[in-house]
Amino acid sequence: MNASVRTNEWLTAAAWRRLFRDRPIVPLMGLLAILVLAIELANPGIVSPEWTGVIVRASVPLAILAGCQTLTMLTGGIDLSVAAIGSMAGFVTATLVHSPGGVAEGIIVALAAAALAGLLTGIGVGVFRVHPLIMTLGMSFVVLGLSNVWQLQMVQTGAGVPDQLRWIGSSTLAQVVPFSLLVFVPLTLMILLGLRRTGYGRLLYAIGDNPVAARLSGTRSWQVLIVLYVISAVMAAIAGLLISGLTNTASVSLVDTSLLPAVAAAVIGGTSILGGRGGFGGTIVGALILTVLTALLTVLGLPEPTRQVVFGSIIVVVAAAYTRVTSES
Amino acid sequence: MSWAQRSSWTIGLLGLLAILLVFTKIIQPSYGVAGIQGLGISILPLGFAAVAQAVAVIAGGIDLSIGSMMALTSVIAATLMDGQSAEYGLAVVIGVLILGLVLGAINGSLVVVTRVPDIVVTLAMSFVWAGFALLVRAAPGGAASPWMMNLVIGPFGNPWIPKASIVLVIVVAVIWIPVARSRMGLSLYAVGSNQLAAFRSGVPIGRTKVVSYALTGLFAAVAGLALTASTSIGTPVPGPYTLESVAAVVLGGVSLAGGRGGVFGPIVAVVVLQIIQNDMTFLSFDPNYALVAQGVILIGVLVVGSVVESRRARR
Repeated sequence: MNASVRTNEWLTAAAWRRLFRDRPIVPLMGLLAILVLAIELANPGIVSPEWTGVIVRASVPLAILAGCQTLTMLTGGIDLSVAAIGSMAGFVTATLVHSPGGVAEGIIVALAAAALAGLLTGIGVGVFRVHPLIMTLGMSFVVLGLSNVWQLQMVQTGAGVPDQLRWIGSSTLAQVVPFSLLVFVPLTLMILLGLRRTGYGRLLYAIGDNPVAARLSGTRSWQVLIVLYVISAVMAAIAGLLISGLTNTASVSLVDTSLLPAVAAAVIGGTSILGGRGGFGGTIVGALILTVLTALLTVLGLPEPTRQVVFGSIIVVVAAAYTRVTSES
Repeated sequence: MSWAQRSSWTIGLLGLLAILLVFTKIIQPSYGVAGIQGLGISILPLGFAAVAQAVAVIAGGIDLSIGSMMALTSVIAATLMDGQSAEYGLAVVIGVLILGLVLGAINGSLVVVTRVPDIVVTLAMSFVWAGFALLVRAAPGGAASPWMMNLVIGPFGNPWIPKASIVLVIVVAVIWIPVARSRMGLSLYAVGSNQLAAFRSGVPIGRTKVVSYALTGLFAAVAGLALTASTSIGTPVPGPYTLESVAAVVLGGVSLAGGRGGVFGPIVAVVVLQIIQNDMTFLSFDPNYALVAQGVILIGVLVVGSVVESRRARR
């Protein structure tokens, strides 16, 4: 294919549509660039290395939570228990800060509890075929209720977000590079390579794309799903720990406000809630877009309610655009 | 199928409700008029929210913006009624009900026009409606017309019958029964159970979906008004009603796949969940275990359901 043909292809609507469908990350990066440009125009001089660091730091936990949604949505599911599990993780770690094992014990207990919740969710979804929406909703009630009980029991011991979590959640190297990337970069590499290069990743797509075909080809979906929901719960716990460190708070409802934006980030990033289509790369850009958008609306002086309205409208528009380009082929 | 077979799930729930009431009387011998009255008023908003969710789910959708629509209609009603006459309050109520229909119709039209999955559209719209609610009023406030509070608080004739329950049953029956008996009701169930078959039988899919969401919006507005009437203020922040309504619908025998169930099962499910929460308090359990119990019951019912279903399929 020579250069001139390529130029012509760019001009056709079909080529654009193909670009959106096959490489959604390219137009998403364009949207992100436009938003960054808009914020610079609205407030000249705001875009700087430090500002980028703040945006990235705020996007990291959101991107991880959106990763939980991406992975589960690839199989046609969803994980509504991430908020309860994430809050629980931050909260348990904060209450165990004075225990003999200290911070390490708190984090291990939190991750183990999250993995247990994920295991039960996975058994419900994989073995008993409970709808993922209901299963994770029910699990979030269970986790939130138990966290509340734990809160009442531990109220005397005194609690605080440990310094180590504050450091990894909110500190930055030279005011620019957030340390939370120490957690995020390895996690991202694992997810990206896992989805593209491993059989397990391909099974996730296969189950979401056509569960019957996957079963007939010998996939044991229940095993895949159990592992998936354990992974999702542990990632939610990691995100919860980072948010707790970032905001220096520990409460049983800390992550609640991030649940819907996490689903939104995955949808904007090009993952289909019907399964079989999407990836983590787009989700990361989706999380960045939502964070920059929030910052832009703040810079424009729009009050929080207006921000929510704009936020919701953009999700509908972007999702509608995806549906249009992916269905007209 | 006979009426009893079709309603077997609801009848089972009513049996469970009776057992729970007897159990409550045993563990708390003083449980009586006051308890029943409290129960009647406390289930009112979630009862309507569950009906709203049931309509959307029966037609094969799901509405995650019910809590936000409740918040919006509740603050608008409380703000406009504050200090106004009874007649003005009545006009506000009618206006808010129409607003509910419009909000729901917007949700439905977006689902139909954009062809984006229902769950994504209503999730996004939950931000929009909640944002508007905060624009109307940044903090809880306003007031309900006194007649509205009189309408739902207190006994109706016999001290054992809470007015709130009468209101719940009458409002739901007046709106739902004519719809369910009509052609439109048949279309709702048809679209919910098999969209392609419904389309080939000549059911207008788009119009039916918009109507189902408009009805959901209407019931969400009623739920918002019930919230204002029972708390006497408007709160702009959505409560836990969206997700709890999904839970109530599933427990109430409405299949999430659509096309199956009714609106009275979910109401009974709401009562059952509330009594369990009350019993937890009487047994001096930590009330937070009620939340755990709700999750376990929700999962347990579906696990048992799926086991029964697969046994039946194997035979």
